[in-house]
Amino acid sequence: MKSLLKTMAAAAVVIAPGVAFAEDSNDPIIIPIHNWSSQIVMSNVVGQMYESMGLNVEFVTTDSQAVYESVRLGDVALELEVWEGAFGASFREALSKGGLHDVGDHDAVTREDWWYPMWTKESCPGLPSWEALNDCAAVFATAETGDKGRYLDGPVDWLKHGQERAAALNLNFTVINAGSAAALWAEIGAAEADKKPVLVFNWTPNFAEAVWPGEFVEFPAWEDGCDTDPTKGPNKDELYDCGNPANGYLKKAAWDGMKDKWPTAYCVLSNISFTNPQIAEMAKLVDTDDLEPVEAAEEWLAANGDAVQPWIDSCS
Amino acid sequence: MVAQADPSNAALSRLSSLHFSVVLLVVSALLMIAHSMGVLPAWLVRLPEAVIPPTAEVLDVVFAFVQNDLGLIHVTRSIAAGLEYLLDATGNILYGKNRFPYLNRVSFLFIESLGPIPWSAVAAGMAVLGFWLGGWRMAILAGGTFVWTAMIGQWDIAMQTMSVLIVAAPIAFLIGLMLGIAAWQWRWVDNAIKPILSVLQTLPFFTYLLPAVIFFKVGPTAAAVATIIYAIPPMILMTTLGLQKVSPDIVEAGKMSGCTRWQMLTRVYIPAARTEILVGVNQVIMLCLAMVVLTAFIGMPGLGAKLLAMMNSFKLGRSFEIGVTIVLLAITLDRLSKAWVVKQPKHWERETPWWERHFLLLLGLGAFAAFYIISQFQTFEILNEVGRKQSWSKGREIDRWIKGVLEIDSIQAVTGWLRWFLNVKVLIPFRNALLWVPTPALIMMVVALAYWLGGRKPAIYAAVFFGIVALSGWWDRSVITLYTVISAVTISMLLGIPMGIMASGNKRLANWVLLTCDSAQTFPSFIYLIPAIMLFGVNDVAVVFSIVIFTMVPLTRYTIEGLRAVPLEMTEAADMSGANALQKLVSVRLPLALPTMAVGFNQAIMFAFFMVIIAAFIGTQDLGQELQRTLAGTDLGKNIVLGINVSLMALTFDMAILEWAKRRKKALGLG
Repeated sequence: MKSLLKTMAAAAVVIAPGVAFAEDSNDPIIIPIHNWSSQIVMSNVVGQMYESMGLNVEFVTTDSQAVYESVRLGDVALELEVWEGAFGASFREALSKGGLHDVGDHDAVTREDWWYPMWTKESCPGLPSWEALNDCAAVFATAETGDKGRYLDGPVDWLKHGQERAAALNLNFTVINAGSAAALWAEIGAAEADKKPVLVFNWTPNFAEAVWPGEFVEFPAWEDGCDTDPTKGPNKDELYDCGNPANGYLKKAAWDGMKDKWPTAYCVLSNISFTNPQIAEMAKLVDTDDLEPVEAAEEWLAANGDAVQPWIDSCS
Repeated sequence: MVAQADPSNAALSRLSSLHFSVVLLVVSALLMIAHSMGVLPAWLVRLPEAVIPPTAEVLDVVFAFVQNDLGLIHVTRSIAAGLEYLLDATGNILYGKNRFPYLNRVSFLFIESLGPIPWSAVAAGMAVLGFWLGGWRMAILAGGTFVWTAMIGQWDIAMQTMSVLIVAAPIAFLIGLMLGIAAWQWRWVDNAIKPILSVLQTLPFFTYLLPAVIFFKVGPTAAAVATIIYAIPPMILMTTLGLQKVSPDIVEAGKMSGCTRWQMLTRVYIPAARTEILVGVNQVIMLCLAMVVLTAFIGMPGLGAKLLAMMNSFKLGRSFEIGVTIVLLAITLDRLSKAWVVKQPKHWERETPWWERHFLLLLGLGAFAAFYIISQFQTFEILNEVGRKQSWSKGREIDRWIKGVLEIDSIQAVTGWLRWFLNVKVLIPFRNALLWVPTPALIMMVVALAYWLGGRKPAIYAAVFFGIVALSGWWDRSVITLYTVISAVTISMLLGIPMGIMASGNKRLANWVLLTCDSAQTFPSFIYLIPAIMLFGVNDVAVVFSIVIFTMVPLTRYTIEGLRAVPLEMTEAADMSGANALQKLVSVRLPLALPTMAVGFNQAIMFAFFMVIIAAFIGTQDLGQELQRTLAGTDLGKNIVLGINVSLMALTFDMAILEWAKRRKKALGLG
C-alpha cells in the first residue's frame, strides 16, 4: 500500500467516487472484524469489493457478541457472519430491539456440535454415534471428573446448552465450559502429543478441520422446537435432547439505515453469498499460508473475481 | 525482639482488637457447627431470594433514563466525535488510515504522499531522542525496539496501536493533572475523588466494556476512552502528592517575588513538583500499554486485535512475538520517560550559537528527513515497509518448539501429577468448604480479619461491602472468585517470597529478578492463558497457575525492596549480638521489611482480582464467567452489579492491609 506505484493507483481509485455510484454516501462504510480468520478475510474481501466500486470503507475490531448492539446503533454498517448457533441469540435480541435486520443467508451452512479428533476413535470405536459415549465415559475421564467423562463445551456466552443435553440424554459426562475458542484449541493441541482422547465443542467451517481431522458426534437429529418443546426428541420430558442443526444458517445482517445511505452497497450485500469451500479457502490463506488478511483478500479476489463480479454488476 | 519496639499502648490496643476478632470468629464457628449439625435455619445459610433487591433491574432503568431521556448519550457521542477526529489524524500519519486523507494527498518535492511515515524514519528519530535522554544505551534500546517491530513484520499493527495511545496518553495526562491540582486546592474534591478512584482501579475491565461501547461508539474511540479512564488515577495521585510536598521555602520565595496565583501554580508549584508529575506521566504510559490487549474487545485496532486473532487460530509463536513487541515498547517508553524524570534542564553559556544548543534536535530531524526521503526510492523500499514474506517472524518454529516441550514425558508427568494433586486434594476441597460456610459466618470471618489487621474503620467497611455482595444475589459466584484469589495468592507467596529473599542477598541477581518482574508484568496476560491450558487443561489449576504468574511479581519485588531498605545499623547490631544468617533474617530483616512486603501482598491481591476475571477466558465458574455472559446480551445493570462485587471484595482487603502496613511502619519508626 505504501510504495509509490501503489499510492498512485490508490489515488486513481479515490478520484472515482461520485461518478459511478452517485447515490451512495461518501462516508466510510464501517465493517466490523472479529477474532477468527474466515470472518476477517471475508470482511476484507467485501471491503475491497466496495472499494473497487469507489466507496470508502473502514474496519473496526469488535467483540463478536457486543457487535449487534453496534449494528443496531448504526456505529457499524453490517455484519457478514451471523452464525446460527453462536450468535443467533444475540442477533435475535438485537432484532427484537430494532435497528438492524436480516439481509439473507450465505450459501454456506454451519454446524456446531460435540466433536472429537480422529485419534479418539481408536479408544472409542463406537463413535460417532452418541450412544457409544456412555460406554466410553471412562476413556474421557480426568483427575477432577472422577469416573465421569469430560466434555469441554464452548464459552458460556455462546449459549451451547451442553449441560442440558448431557442431562436430557442421561450422559455420564461432566460438562465444563471453556472460556474462549483459544482454550478449546489449547486443549486439543495438548492432547495431540499423546493422542489422548478428548471431546470438545467445535464447528465448521473452521481452520481446525485442516489442522486436526475429526468428526462430529451424531446426536439424535435436530427437530424444530427441540429447544422449546419437551416432546420433541427422544426424551419426552426434557429440552435440548437433540443434536444441533447439521445445516445451521450463516447470515448477513445490516443496520436499518444502510439501505438509504449506501443503496448500491446494500444491494451488493444482499447478493453476497459465499459457499463453504470459499470460506474455507479464505481461512486457509491466513491460517496455513500465513498471509496478512488484506493480502489474503487480494489473493482470494484475484482467484475468484468471476464469482463476485455478478453481485456487483447486477446492482449498478 | 521487635515487640519491644512497639509502644505498650499499641500492644494493648492490638490485644483488644484481637479480642473483638476472636469473638467474631467464635460466633462464626458456632454458626458453622450448627450448620454441620443441620440445625441452622436456611435463611442463615444463604439469604433467601425474596430479600435480594432487584438492583440490576433498577440500574437498567436508571441507565435507560440517563442515556436516552436525559440525553447523556448525545453529550458522550459528541465527545466521541471530537476524539475520532484526533484519532483519524494520528491514524493517517502513522499507518495511512484513509478516512480523512490529509497527508496521503499532500505531495512534497519528489514525494507523492507524505503519510504514512516510513518505519526507518521513526526508528532513527527515536534513536536520537533516546540518545538525548540517556546516552548510547537508551539510543540502542529506543532505535532497536522500532527496528525489531518493523523487522518482525508488525509495523502496521504497532502503529495502529500507537495511533490510539498517542491520543489517549496526553488526554489522560491533562485530565489527571487538572484533577490532581483541583484535589490539592480543594479538600472536598479530594474527598470526592478518592473513593471513585479506588472503585475505578478495582473494577474489572469487562465492566468498562459495555458502557464504553454504548456511550462512545465501538472502535478506537471507545478504546481510547477506556484507556484514558484506566490511566488517569495514578496521575491524579502523583500530582496531588507532588504539590503537597513542595517545600515552604520555595513557596515563600515565590510569594516574595510577587507571583500571582496563576504564576504561583505554573512557575512555582508545578516546576517544584516536576519529579512526581513525571512519575505520574510514566505511570500513565505504562497503564495505557497495559490496556492494549484488553481494549481490543471494544475496537482497539493493532497489536491487541492481532494477538486475539492469532490466539484464536492457535498460533502461539506469533502471539508470543506480539507479546515481545508490547514488552519492548513498554520498556522503551518506561525507560525513556524515567530518563526524562532524572534529566534536569541544561543551562547553556551565553552566546552559544543556536545550532549548538539544539544540535541533537537538528540531528534527529535530519535523520528523520533523510530516512524519509531515501525510503521513497524503490531500491530502498525495505526501509519503508517490511512485507510479510520478508519479515523475520519465527512463528512456526516457536510453535514447533512449544509442541516439542509439551511432548517431553517428564514435563507431562509433573503437570499431570500437579493437576491431580492440586485439583483433587487442595483446590476442589477448599472451594467446596468455602461454599459450604454459611453467608453470615463467612462475612464475620472477613470482618474479624479486617479488624485484626486494620482496626475499626476497615472492619466496618468490610462488613458493609461484604453485606452488599451478599445482597447482590451473586454470593456463590463471589465466593468462588474469592476462593480463586486466596488460592493463587497463597501459592504465589510460597513461591515469590522465598525467591525474593534469595535474590535480595545478591545485587546482580536482584536486578535480574526485578527486570524479569518488569517484563512479566507488561507481557500481555492473555498469552499466559494458553500455556496454562496446555499444561493443565481447562480447570482450576490452569486458572490459578495463570494468576500466580502475575501475582508472584509484586510479592517478589516488594520482598526484595523491603529487605534492601532495612537500615544497615540494624543488621550490624544483629551481627554484633552474634546472630547467624537465619536468625538475622527471621528476627531482624523480615520484621523490618514486613510493612513493605505487605504493600506487595496487597498489590498481589489486587492483581489476583484483576486476573481472575481475565481467567474467564480459560473457563471459570465465578463472577468472571457471569460477566462474560453479559456480553452476549446487553445486560448493563447485571454487568455493573457483578463488576461492583469484584471491586468491593478487592477494596475490603486493600483497606485492611494498607492500614496494617501504615500502623506497623509507624510502630517500627520507619516513617
